[in-house]
Amino acid sequence: MNGQPVPQKTTTPMANVNPSGFWKRSKNFRVAMLYLFPSFLLFSVFVFYPMMKTVYLSFFLTDYEGFPSLFVGLENYAYIFQSESFRKSIIATFIFVLITVPFGVLLALFLALLANEKLKGIGFFRTIFASNMGMSVAASSVIWLFLFHPSIGAFNQFLATFHLPQVEWLLDPSWAIISVSITTIWMNTGFAFLIILGGLQNIDEYLYENANIEGAGYWYQLKRITLPMLSPTMFFIITVSLINAFQTFGQVDILTQGGPAESTNLIVYSIYREAFINYQFGPASAQSVVLFLCILVVTILQFKFGEKKVHYQ
Amino acid sequence: MKKVELRNVCKSYDGPPQVVTNVNVTINPGEFFILVGPSGCGKSTILRMIAGLESITGGQLLIGDQVANSLMPSERNLSMVFQNYALYPHLTVKDNIVFGLHVKKVPKEERKRRCEEVAAMLGLSDYLNRKPRHLSGGQRQRVALARAIVNESPVCLMDEPLSNLDAKLRAHMRAEIRQIQRKLGITMIYVTHDQMEAMTMGDRIMVLNKGEVQQVGHPLDIYNHPANPFVATFIGSPPMNVVDATVAHNQIHIEGIKPIDIMDSQLANKEIIQVGIRPEHISFASKEIEDKRRNIVEVVNVEVLGNETVIAFKLGAGEWMAKWSGQWRVQIGDRIPLEISYDAISVFDKESNELIKSPKVSDLHVFEHEVI
Amino acid sequence: MMTRGKKWTFYILLMISAVVMFFPTFYAFMVSFMSSEEVMAGKLFPSELTLRNYQDAFDKLPLLHYLMNSFIVSISVTIGQLIVSSLAAYAFVFIQFKGRNALFFLFISTMMIPWEATMIPNFMTIQQFGWINRYFGLTIPFFAMAFGTFLLRQHFKTIPKELQEASQIAGLSRFQFFYKVVLPVSKTSLVTLGAYGFLTTWNMYLWPLLVTNNESVRTVQIGLKQLQAEEIATDWGVVMAGVIVVVIPTLVLLFAGQKQLQKGLTQGAIK
Repeated sequence: MNGQPVPQKTTTPMANVNPSGFWKRSKNFRVAMLYLFPSFLLFSVFVFYPMMKTVYLSFFLTDYEGFPSLFVGLENYAYIFQSESFRKSIIATFIFVLITVPFGVLLALFLALLANEKLKGIGFFRTIFASNMGMSVAASSVIWLFLFHPSIGAFNQFLATFHLPQVEWLLDPSWAIISVSITTIWMNTGFAFLIILGGLQNIDEYLYENANIEGAGYWYQLKRITLPMLSPTMFFIITVSLINAFQTFGQVDILTQGGPAESTNLIVYSIYREAFINYQFGPASAQSVVLFLCILVVTILQFKFGEKKVHYQ
Repeated sequence: MKKVELRNVCKSYDGPPQVVTNVNVTINPGEFFILVGPSGCGKSTILRMIAGLESITGGQLLIGDQVANSLMPSERNLSMVFQNYALYPHLTVKDNIVFGLHVKKVPKEERKRRCEEVAAMLGLSDYLNRKPRHLSGGQRQRVALARAIVNESPVCLMDEPLSNLDAKLRAHMRAEIRQIQRKLGITMIYVTHDQMEAMTMGDRIMVLNKGEVQQVGHPLDIYNHPANPFVATFIGSPPMNVVDATVAHNQIHIEGIKPIDIMDSQLANKEIIQVGIRPEHISFASKEIEDKRRNIVEVVNVEVLGNETVIAFKLGAGEWMAKWSGQWRVQIGDRIPLEISYDAISVFDKESNELIKSPKVSDLHVFEHEVI
Repeated sequence: MMTRGKKWTFYILLMISAVVMFFPTFYAFMVSFMSSEEVMAGKLFPSELTLRNYQDAFDKLPLLHYLMNSFIVSISVTIGQLIVSSLAAYAFVFIQFKGRNALFFLFISTMMIPWEATMIPNFMTIQQFGWINRYFGLTIPFFAMAFGTFLLRQHFKTIPKELQEASQIAGLSRFQFFYKVVLPVSKTSLVTLGAYGFLTTWNMYLWPLLVTNNESVRTVQIGLKQLQAEEIATDWGVVMAGVIVVVIPTLVLLFAGQKQLQKGLTQGAIK
């Protein structure tokens, strides 16, 4: 990277040759391009080009190395929407999003509200609540895999001590999606907690002092000061959580491999399997386009309806 | 309207160093009382203890006749204006003003009436539906003020409410706050670091330094009879000149000037003292004045402020200031004759810092009154 | 001031939440010291503090090698992101040029494209470049980062314009102003972004799974999956020892920089 953007002199030889006109007027633009060049190059190669390529591939059948061999138009889309497996995947993904986003954000909000009180030793609790952010997907999933273990896992042991019926956390199709969701919520609260806590601490302390003098109680302050003032942060974290939820992969790979009965075959896992296990790059690309559209729609809806309810200072 | 009484009030945070030590004062009903001192002197802490935002670690606080130490802020029936105004950015001016009334479940009609009344008083009627971010600094200040008085609490606390305004607006708001307080008759406790604000607004002032009360009294009494060198230099601008001096042969000896004859017996038995003199009490020594009272000093700086002139000059190891009315054409480097008379000086004990003698010259004003 | 009742309510809630939230990590830590008999017996605490499981984990897998790989990859990505993002953010804040807003919007729009939606062509690209099982394949695709550019832009905007004018008068070139003034002034933001970049790269899972198929550059996360797949039936203690080894670097980073991270990320999140 060293020396890429060249220091600018006020009079370059070029400027002497052509003292006025477009070349000189666009100087700032050219300088800016130097600074932006690395980002643009990388975005072009690893974001824009592959996005277009994905759309392109979704219209083709490919060989096992992924080279397009036969143009099939929208048939890949027709194929995936007719396939039982992909429909299940979409349903599982939406269930998963609808569980993890609201509960995850509410849990993080709850923890942040607790940890925002001025109490002795609060730093300890903040560290504990934030610590999940340092837990990787792989590590968390392995830990939870153990906790969900049918016989020696902590949950079933806990149920056993109270003589409650055992749960097949990861083997029962209706439980598996919940188990994966719980794991995900646990993993993601660290980040959401940290962001929301930061948002809470940005609220001017004097607003609460004034409310205390005026006699407003905890719930009143929460409703009329904290939540409205926190709305930009909540908006941000809900958007991020939604996008994250659609992108979930590692938990599924380690906990369930999409099973049982494809009940946890979330969309990214489905794409992965289609592309890198079945070598069906065409249909996999079509699924990727669907994923992209899902996220696009969610973000647009968020901004359209969410932003109105946000109070920016 | 209620009195507020502090009895031996102390404050410390987890340990021995006290940030506020033994404050004793009774603030009378309807009084405009000012806490003034340099930053970190504990004035805001005292205010926040009165408000209930900080706990009181020693002594007693009485609001009205009730011990208030353990009352929640909301139970103390007072209002407060914060330095940064603490307006709710997501609420309109109207909602900001009636925030407290809404909390107390005052009926809607009544809320509206009181809000409009206060808004009219403060000239905010046209802005009621705006958000605070669309207001100027002065308007925000008024909203904060409106919110404090709309509650009709008998006691109002203000924590440096004018410090974010520019000089002109500040002077204007000083007068306005004072008028509103008189009109409503509320007990006002007002914190500022600006001695000028304290002098011009307060019925009484409390001067604080390092958490200790230095002096409580009427502004002019404090100005004329400062209890110690700290108060003497803190109140008044430019500050009082204070130097160490010795007493010998019935004369005060100060480095750099001729001895001053002692005219009375107040300094008997004193050897080492501190002498203070207000800049306006240093007088120009005309030719008629006898030589032993004329001191020639070198001017190091001159500020002509239209109708008065501040002259800084070297004296002994330090620098003194004199303030004379009128415009004086003095150049830097000029040597000018000055007189420092016994009547003009304040004397403080060197050890206890207590005031021994205050100047007589301020009595001159009484003389003027008689002429009228 | 808080009433005593309220204070205790908060402490109790905090305590319960802490136990619930920290239990999985704590339990994993405990299990990492247990023999398989103890694990089977469902004990909560190990009978003795032995490092045998850790030894086994390092014996059965080239864990040290994986750790090394993860460090190299994470640090490279962190530095790459800092350089690329700060250059871009600098252009967006300190250079006036036509189309600046449009370009910035283009940058932000990349945040809407999920990495997973583009992974198939990206995988092929990496394959064509011959970057499978090379550090390049694991690092370079992540150097450009819209979020990082956005975060740094927020911070650069708080640098007073007068500073730029003053340095122009002092005769600094644009690039000198960038690395002599802007970067040092923004040290805290850079550290935040760096920590965040390190954390996310260290924890990356799907991409390393795709572009590594032997031990040469495999990261520790994939190593963990491997360990779990191999050991699952036999010894949970060894697996948990692996887990603890993998999370320690990021937990240490988080404990050290939690306040900083929270402040920096919030700044980026809300205007």
